Amino acid sequence: MQGWNSVLSLSLLSATLKIATPLIYAGLAALMSERGGVVNIGIEGTMLLSAFAAVVGSHFWGPWAGLLLAMVLGGLLGLLHAYLSVTVKVNQIVSATAINIAALGIPRLIIPYIWPGHFGETGLVPPLPEVRLPILAGLPVIGPVLGQHSLLTYVALVLVLVLNALLFRTRFGLRLRAVGEHPRAADTLGVNVARMRYAGVIIGGVLAGLGGAFLTIGKVPQFAPNTTNGRGFMGLAAMVFGNWKPGGTLVACLIFGFADAFQAAAQSAGVLPVPREILMSLPYLLTLIVLAGFVGKTVAPAADGKPYEKG
Amino acid sequence: MSKANRARSLWTRIAASDLALSLIAVAIGLAAGALILLITSSEPLVAYGAFWQGAFGTRRGLGETFYYGTQLILTGLAVAVSFRCGLFNLGGQGQILLGAMGAAWAGYWITGLPPILHVTVALLVGSLLGLIWSAIAGYLRARLNMHEVITTLMMNYLVINLKSWIVGVNGPMKQPGMIPASPPVLESARLPRFWGDARMHIGIIIAVVLVALVWYLLFRTRLGYKIRAVGLSPSAAEYGGIHVARNIVVTMAISGFLAGLAGAIEVLGVNYRFSQDLTANYAWDAIAVALLGGLHPVGTLLAAILFGALSSGFTSTQGVADVSRDTVLIITALIIFLMVLIRSRKTTAVATRGDTSSAGLEQRP
Repeated sequence: MQGWNSVLSLSLLSATLKIATPLIYAGLAALMSERGGVVNIGIEGTMLLSAFAAVVGSHFWGPWAGLLLAMVLGGLLGLLHAYLSVTVKVNQIVSATAINIAALGIPRLIIPYIWPGHFGETGLVPPLPEVRLPILAGLPVIGPVLGQHSLLTYVALVLVLVLNALLFRTRFGLRLRAVGEHPRAADTLGVNVARMRYAGVIIGGVLAGLGGAFLTIGKVPQFAPNTTNGRGFMGLAAMVFGNWKPGGTLVACLIFGFADAFQAAAQSAGVLPVPREILMSLPYLLTLIVLAGFVGKTVAPAADGKPYEKG
Repeated sequence: MSKANRARSLWTRIAASDLALSLIAVAIGLAAGALILLITSSEPLVAYGAFWQGAFGTRRGLGETFYYGTQLILTGLAVAVSFRCGLFNLGGQGQILLGAMGAAWAGYWITGLPPILHVTVALLVGSLLGLIWSAIAGYLRARLNMHEVITTLMMNYLVINLKSWIVGVNGPMKQPGMIPASPPVLESARLPRFWGDARMHIGIIIAVVLVALVWYLLFRTRLGYKIRAVGLSPSAAEYGGIHVARNIVVTMAISGFLAGLAGAIEVLGVNYRFSQDLTANYAWDAIAVALLGGLHPVGTLLAAILFGALSSGFTSTQGVADVSRDTVLIITALIIFLMVLIRSRKTTAVATRGDTSSAGLEQRP
């Protein structure tokens, strides 16, 4: 009973938010890209490379430079994906897979130059500071859950609201959704389809970059080959589950985050007679189950994944 | 038509042919490899020499090239078959690891079988595990319309965790002692080597036989025709009376069988045990192999040997340059980019066409 008390505490909810943070970024990244009509499964690789860039930046110039570098790299990888899928109109899944593959190979090549003797993993670098919200942190219940987190966790929550407003309350959002739903109609009305799609994918890339930065300089300030561990793909699943909406994506990410936080807490308390590795599989299993249950019940943008041929 | 014109049109045709385009991609890929060695080595010329010796230049290097090639032929075929049907089996990593796991288990647990029978059983156990695992993703796609990209990728992580557990501390397949690995497979379950101290083994013959079988399947059987028809246009295939859902499951099963066989062959021919060190990252190289080979079995064979040479070459430069076999992944990514760029204007199958919507990630009621 003592074990279960330590599992089911407020710190479980705090951990949920922490674990959900990179998923929220990945989910929002996928959302911005797909709302404009471009599928990007390269978010996993974008996050992994950005996580690495954040560590490199922080190593040389401090955590803020690391954050900036991760965002810039994320945006550039978004630009690459946009160029290939919007301008050249290649197969979006295959080209994005190449981004994921490059992300597996590149850090391993660079690491020995910056951290001699290291292979695959980097050394520790300065992390971003944690933020303690002045009034909130003092409150009962809310304080322990929401009071103290990485800056990037708060940014993620704010971004859910901001992107929701951007998508559904601004002209930019209307146009982005239009090119994702019906590019021909948008084109007829004078919307530049290619430019809007570029914008969606690049914004997505920057968001993935933030998610990658969180995983290293926002959490464990070190890069390892398994830093992302499929979180980019899980974010994609969270977006499907969340019905291509920022709020829905947030809820899905919190559910995934809770499952992961629960298994981690149960693991360390030793209350479940199940091997560690089986518990670690829970988030992936949950992703599959959630997708199985919600396929067809949520609706993608109509032109998602379809290149637009003008004229 | 003037002579010069005719010569030019012939030249354009050659330049635009599949083979020429693949060769251009290969040349750029090799140039990138040379650049990587130039940057990572203090003595690039020594590194180039070592690369060549590791790839084709020595008897041993050649044997290593064909060893890496064996895995890549089979996994490349796995990718080619699924892409031909417009399916993205990105679960090669998990299917290879399951194949390796199954073969290792059958190799040490089953005793008293004569050599040829034992090795056959072990190969089959491994490939069938790959088949089942992949067919599950096919079934989820066919029945629940869950996209195979997400399911196969998620299933990779499940197998990676299974791997850590099964030969981890107190794992059911772990041998006594400190090393996180299974007991070694019995002599009767091993594929013999025949190339001096290089790791090339009988598996290469199995792989080449499968190239022929997959070619026959794709281009000479009714099933192969259906697979390709679904790949070209699922709706047209359905209209033409082809059971698309069944074909999806069958194709994923064949693809998983081939990937599982690659893992089984690696254990029985080289490692002789299942270990936590196995990453099966070459599953990703297989995508470049299949695309470079034009999704054709013979092309895949040639591309696999090229990538085998890259793997062997980079491995043998490790003494003089800061590279690893994972360096190949960078060239892999580059070649995939180049192949999709080159092929973006030539529509062959859904898998190489720009429009991913028929195989898209969207789910519709």
